Amino acid sequence: MTISTLAAFALSVFLQDPTHRPGEEPVDPYVVTDSNAGATPFADDALYQAFGGADGVAFIVDDMLERSVEDPRIAGIFAATDMVRLRRTLKEQFCYLLGGGCAYTGRSMADAHDEIGLQPADFGALVEHLQAAMTAQGVPFHIQNRFLAKLAPMRRDTVTRWN
Amino acid sequence: MMRLLGMAALTALMVCATGASAQVTDWIPDSRSGGKLLLTGGVSTIEGSGGGGLATWALTTGYGTMDGVGANVHATWIDLPDYEFRSAGAAVGLWDRVELSYARQEFDTGATGALLGLGSGFTFGQDVYGVKVRLVGDAVYDQDTWVPQIAVGLQHKVNDQGAIVAAVGGQDDEGTDVYVAATKLFLAESLLVNGTLRWTEANQTGLLGFGGDAEGDPSLQFEGSVGWLVSPNLVIGAEYRTKPDNLSFAAESDWMDVYAAWALNKTVSVTAAWVDLGSIATFEDQRGLYLSLQAGF
Repeated sequence: MTISTLAAFALSVFLQDPTHRPGEEPVDPYVVTDSNAGATPFADDALYQAFGGADGVAFIVDDMLERSVEDPRIAGIFAATDMVRLRRTLKEQFCYLLGGGCAYTGRSMADAHDEIGLQPADFGALVEHLQAAMTAQGVPFHIQNRFLAKLAPMRRDTVTRWN
Repeated sequence: MMRLLGMAALTALMVCATGASAQVTDWIPDSRSGGKLLLTGGVSTIEGSGGGGLATWALTTGYGTMDGVGANVHATWIDLPDYEFRSAGAAVGLWDRVELSYARQEFDTGATGALLGLGSGFTFGQDVYGVKVRLVGDAVYDQDTWVPQIAVGLQHKVNDQGAIVAAVGGQDDEGTDVYVAATKLFLAESLLVNGTLRWTEANQTGLLGFGGDAEGDPSLQFEGSVGWLVSPNLVIGAEYRTKPDNLSFAAESDWMDVYAAWALNKTVSVTAAWVDLGSIATFEDQRGLYLSLQAGF
């Protein structure tokens, strides 16, 4: 095995390693599994298509986060967040749950939020920005609700300060 | 004139509401306001509790969630063929756990009062003091289980026309309703469902007193509501409420309505309904428009 193939192999492992992607801050090792996404996906890709596929999901995630970092109620939460990694894992998670066939390589909801100290009102504010982003993408209200019904129970694992 | 004054007062309160929420959350340590999604605190019922229009729900009123508080004021009018009903009140929701409410109800017999021998414009009045406690569940967020949000509550009612209540066969001018309510939002279907069991001896919710010459004991009554989420700020639906029939002089009907609740924003909401209150004090077919304004945070 030559040095260059070894280097290429090492680089490919490095690029695939979900705990240490280029441009992202490293996170502690964890078991990569789709079940970390926190819900089961829709059976087919009808919702993924209604969300505009990969482009639509990318727009919604970026738009939701843009609204969130500009919202004084919750902006502080994102100050210490690796936004590159958050954008990537959220897009994976949305694609996976919407039946788009993506793998989810992020951490579990409990693991990813255990040090943030979210309150219920933070979760509510984020949902409002997601609703606004989905509306901006043209996702019909009743289809939005089908997706929100998947996400809603995640409040139990992401919120750690209940009062 | 009453209506105009009510409207003016409500408008002023609307303007104050946002400022008030900031004040209140300053006074109460570690509390926030506005954590709930639009309309998910319900609206103000005629008895002052959070719910639909005629039916009380398990939701805690206001926009505070477990980390915060919410509060609101309301004014409601029901224009009936032979009567007019008015209600105004205030309610607070504490940490999405406890709801305290007060409503002042007036049932104006207008010209019908003369026909009833009470005198034209005779008005029954009642104060309703309510407390509600959420026991389990979250109607909005627990989407992976069938368990609804369940709350229990009391409504203590004091009628201020005791002499007339006694004259028409009522046993008491005070009474307490006890209820358990279960509310579930089926979010994927955009459908809200509520069922409430109420142990009550109230005649026409207490406006004609409590207990009667035909039936003196409390009975178990049911309130059912459905609502369909049309858009983030509009819910349409229907309600049905069974009632006791304690007085021999007049049969009492079950109530029903179809409603639309519209949130202009998290401060102001308007509920309009068409209600069928059936027979009231021998006057049949009391159907009409219900209009309620709510302002709060």
